[in-house]
Amino acid sequence: MAHKHAWLAAVLLLSPLSFADVDIQLAQPLLQTEIQAYDITIFPDGKNLPEGSGNVIQGKTLYKNQCQMCHGESGIEGPAARLAGSDGWFSFSDPLRILRIDKYPVLLISVGSMWPHATSIFDYIRRAMPHYAPKSLNNDESYALTAYVLYLNGIVTEDAILDKKNIVKINMPGKKRSASGWPE
Amino acid sequence: MSNQMNKPLNRRSFLLGGVAMGAAMPALALPDNHKSLIGQTYPAWMKTPGGQIEAYGTVARYEKHITRHKAKDTAQTQLFSVWHSPIENQQGIITPNGLHFTVNHNGVPDINPEQHILKIHGLVDRPIKLDLNTLQRYPMVSPVHFLECAGNSAPNAVSLTALDLSAQELSGQVSGAQYSGVALKYLLKEAGVKTSGKWVIAEGADGGSHARSIPLSKLMDDAFIALYQNGERLRPEQGYPMRLFVPGWEGNANVKWLHRLEVSDKPAFTKDESGLYSDILSDGKIKRFSFHMDVKSVITQPSGKMILPDQKGFYEISGLAWSGYGKIKQVEVSIDEGKNWHIAKLHGPVLSKALTRFSLPWNWDGKERVILSRATDEHGHVQPTRSQWREQYASYSFNHFNAIQAWSVNRDGLVENYYV
Repeated sequence: MAHKHAWLAAVLLLSPLSFADVDIQLAQPLLQTEIQAYDITIFPDGKNLPEGSGNVIQGKTLYKNQCQMCHGESGIEGPAARLAGSDGWFSFSDPLRILRIDKYPVLLISVGSMWPHATSIFDYIRRAMPHYAPKSLNNDESYALTAYVLYLNGIVTEDAILDKKNIVKINMPGKKRSASGWPE
Repeated sequence: MSNQMNKPLNRRSFLLGGVAMGAAMPALALPDNHKSLIGQTYPAWMKTPGGQIEAYGTVARYEKHITRHKAKDTAQTQLFSVWHSPIENQQGIITPNGLHFTVNHNGVPDINPEQHILKIHGLVDRPIKLDLNTLQRYPMVSPVHFLECAGNSAPNAVSLTALDLSAQELSGQVSGAQYSGVALKYLLKEAGVKTSGKWVIAEGADGGSHARSIPLSKLMDDAFIALYQNGERLRPEQGYPMRLFVPGWEGNANVKWLHRLEVSDKPAFTKDESGLYSDILSDGKIKRFSFHMDVKSVITQPSGKMILPDQKGFYEISGLAWSGYGKIKQVEVSIDEGKNWHIAKLHGPVLSKALTRFSLPWNWDGKERVILSRATDEHGHVQPTRSQWREQYASYSFNHFNAIQAWSVNRDGLVENYYV
């Protein structure tokens, strides 16, 4: 033990900086304009939502042209992630049940049933969809497609128009089922 | 001939060597009066000069079939791909970079490192940005850690029958490596996180701008920005030029191609934390932000689809154990379907949140056997049985499956995935 302490003391005396005291100032300031250029995260309380709006009818056309080939006509068929319907095993009356589960198990869970906030749908569509051309949809189109995904789930009616004010009021079925695995 | 013999060998023609000399050799051969066998017994590679070196080395040509495999059980597209590591063909605790598992939700971006800027903003006193060269000047850490996808071993979580799969196909979404990079706490300290800051939204520079909300406490603890993997720069599919590394946490939270950290007072509920990377409990509740990968082990040798060459005799049972909470304390192995358990040898080093190699010598008696491994970590977490695990979750929930893996060995030495 005495040896160990002597060694430690020697190191402490010799080091120009003790580890805990390291104060590094190498980064450059990030300007407000640079933040705005990349600030795309939308929060459940609506923080960061842009102006603009879109409705179910507009969303339906966009969906047909840009989304249906991956997500299926009703948002259930895949092969890409299931957008609508309950989560869980496919209905036993579905003749393609076995094939679908075997080929695309991700289709076991659905956006409409699991996602707790509609703001997340807008956020993801705008940053990542369609998969082959991410960030190609503008704010109005992202609102319209969010409205259509909600319509496919029976959460809004066919005449719904979505904007930054009412999207935060959408009551998603996944919200009341939420439990946090993180204590904070 | 004699003319050639008598011709003085100048230094230059000697050094030019090989071909000219070889061509002249048969004519110079002496009669083999003692019937030497050397020319016949030695293999070709001991009777010829060796080959050339490649500038960037690769495996022996006989090992090129050991590769990652693209998973068949996922909604695979060109952009969403899941590649499994051949864990049964490896030893030790480090996965070679070219064999490390990789899951990509929107392909692999081709990032020019000179144009890649890491930005830190949100609830901070001083929003900052750093390029790769600047980041390189910070103190480096170089821990060894495992990385595992939340969906690893999913077929055994949801399939009602044990599918005939290899260790790679079943549990190949785990790998181990030594990472080098910069501790997040330096950068967050430099930016000055406000007291209201509790979460950080980490975002990648890929097409899908993959994002995850990470608790600030983890970033101030042992998280770092990885720049190197096993001594070389990150591979593109592992996040080149930089990724977030949150030791022990599900792979998806280790955001690749990291370009933005936004400090917030709450999580953003991004796509993956809203759906795919949550767990559905048996009562229908959806558990979100279950970051830790729990204690787990898998016997890799022997494992699924292998055939033991002799129908009895000595085999070393060998496998991998790991825990997202800390070090592996103990691995037990059973060769009789869990009736009796034997303490396996842990091969050092046993590191925190890293793969740990274990082994047990086994003299197979040639009878049908079911072999299992059960790991315990330093905090007392023990691997559950498959039925214990399934009791907690909905029948279709497939993330964070860490139950005991069983392999059956039949009389012909065929090894198969098995449910106890």
